[in-house]
Amino acid sequence: MSDLDQLYQQIILDHAKTRHGAGLVEAPEGVASGESMQHNPVCGDHIRLRIQLEGTLVKNVSWEGDGCSISMASASVLSEMAEGLERDEFMVILDEFRELMRSRGTRAGDEEILGDGAAFAGVSKFPARVKCAMLSWVAAEAALLAANG
Amino acid sequence: MGEDAPAGTSGMEQPSEDPNVSSASPTTQDTLPRHLDDVEVSRLRADFPILGRSVNGVPLTYLDSGATSQKPSCVYEAEQHFYENFNAAVHRGAHSLAVEATDIFEQARTDVAGFIGAKDNEVIWTSNATEALNLITYSFGNASAGLGGEAARAFALEAGDEIVVTELEHHANLIPWQELALRTGATLKYIPVDDSGALRMDLAGSIVTPATKVLAFTHVSNVLGTVTDVPALVALARNVGALTVLDGCQSVPHLPVDVKQLDVDFMAFSGHKMLGPTGIGGLYGRAELLNAMPPFLTGGSMITSVTMEKAEYLPAPMRFEAGTQRISQAHALATAVSYLQEVGMDRIAAWEELLGERMLTGLGTIPGVRVLGPAPGAARIGTAPFVVEGVHPHDVGQFLDSRGVAVRVGHHCAQPLHRALGVVSSTRASTYLYNTTSDIDRLLNAVSDVRGYFGVGK
Repeated sequence: MSDLDQLYQQIILDHAKTRHGAGLVEAPEGVASGESMQHNPVCGDHIRLRIQLEGTLVKNVSWEGDGCSISMASASVLSEMAEGLERDEFMVILDEFRELMRSRGTRAGDEEILGDGAAFAGVSKFPARVKCAMLSWVAAEAALLAANG
Repeated sequence: MGEDAPAGTSGMEQPSEDPNVSSASPTTQDTLPRHLDDVEVSRLRADFPILGRSVNGVPLTYLDSGATSQKPSCVYEAEQHFYENFNAAVHRGAHSLAVEATDIFEQARTDVAGFIGAKDNEVIWTSNATEALNLITYSFGNASAGLGGEAARAFALEAGDEIVVTELEHHANLIPWQELALRTGATLKYIPVDDSGALRMDLAGSIVTPATKVLAFTHVSNVLGTVTDVPALVALARNVGALTVLDGCQSVPHLPVDVKQLDVDFMAFSGHKMLGPTGIGGLYGRAELLNAMPPFLTGGSMITSVTMEKAEYLPAPMRFEAGTQRISQAHALATAVSYLQEVGMDRIAAWEELLGERMLTGLGTIPGVRVLGPAPGAARIGTAPFVVEGVHPHDVGQFLDSRGVAVRVGHHCAQPLHRALGVVSSTRASTYLYNTTSDIDRLLNAVSDVRGYFGVGK
């Protein structure tokens, strides 16, 4: 598979179209929620991501934004995966995803931990695109902090 | 030209006898075709070793000269030649190297000034065009704070005064003016563009008013490649006594530019976009204005006398050149200018116009591709901004890169213009004298395959 095909795996292109979690959802009365807006100043891409927490459980992830297929697919994968997880479980996945993105192509994605997120392994070979893949994850990390606030 | 290109010695062993170099070249070009062609360009390309490399296993097709140009070997060899033979601090010290280095440095200024139709003392070296624009705004800010005495009053801004820019500007000719407005209380206004990105010249006359002190605008849009109607805007400014600041980043490398003919008060330009090295650019200013403006950066080399309490400043250009200067870079930029002159700016402009038309027309026929900018017929350099429906510019650029085609993607440091065009970002292909029609065809072929690859529009 060419580097380009590794970058744009079918699973990524599918997520970029389906976009789980797209469309911001208001948190119901009494449910803790946190929000974060992240920009990629290089290309103007942006995402606003909201997380609802019920105790320590991630109840809902929703977002709106505009960006390349990598950033949109990444937000979709994240949203689909995070819902129903314990906050700490999600943080383990986030750390694993970040390590994978920093690996410069030296690691294979661990499907056990990352699920569809493992398909992003090819992104780490393109340093200019790592920010695209990380945009929603950085937003999720900040939104979780805000929800705990 | 090829091997006849200046090999790093221009303006040194043989100081130019005719300071007005630009008037010397056309006579040698009368016999040459009106524009470059693929055969001549393929010879020129031998002067640019980087153009021979591959990326991702395919030959490089470089169409990102709007961001930075590639450099002929004579340009970086000129820097090496300087360091091997003449390196010394300029305008200080009496030893032989210092004298020779100073001559080379000032000859470079003469050469570059001649290239844009300015006098020697009207070109100030800066790091880049961004610094040149900041030099103006900080100097005006200093004048507004009362520095520079009576002579500098003409540059002082206060509440009620207006600064006018255009919606075409890249951030370098917008943010410095925003900051100056914030510092002085002046109002920042702009001439908008229409949906296609054409300047609303019909509105310009009512936006520039007697309260306007500065009209700053780009000569060529870095996103659209469109050429601004400079005479019309200069006339509006003159009418109300406003100073004019031209951003020449995208015009000086690609078009014959004469600041006296354009009749602007200031012009910023960048070295690395016109075959020169990074780290150097310039500011043109009318001598009488520069000599009345308070300095921006202060320190050594720009003073006449200094006490512990105060200093007196030299006239331009040294007034604005504090500290040790970009000596080898200035020399290399002069070498770049001499290379451009040898090819001929008229011929370069005519060639790039042809390449630009080929790009715009070709892109316009690809299903799902929308070319940004005014309808055909508008004056444009070889720059083609476009969007592929359903595929983000970042993904377009990535795909093109896999075919060896280097283009710019994103907002190109012009977010307001993109907003006006109704897009967040775009893909931009931009040419220079070393591009061939095959380069354009490789771009068009690759763009044709984008939607298929991403499964869009099936």
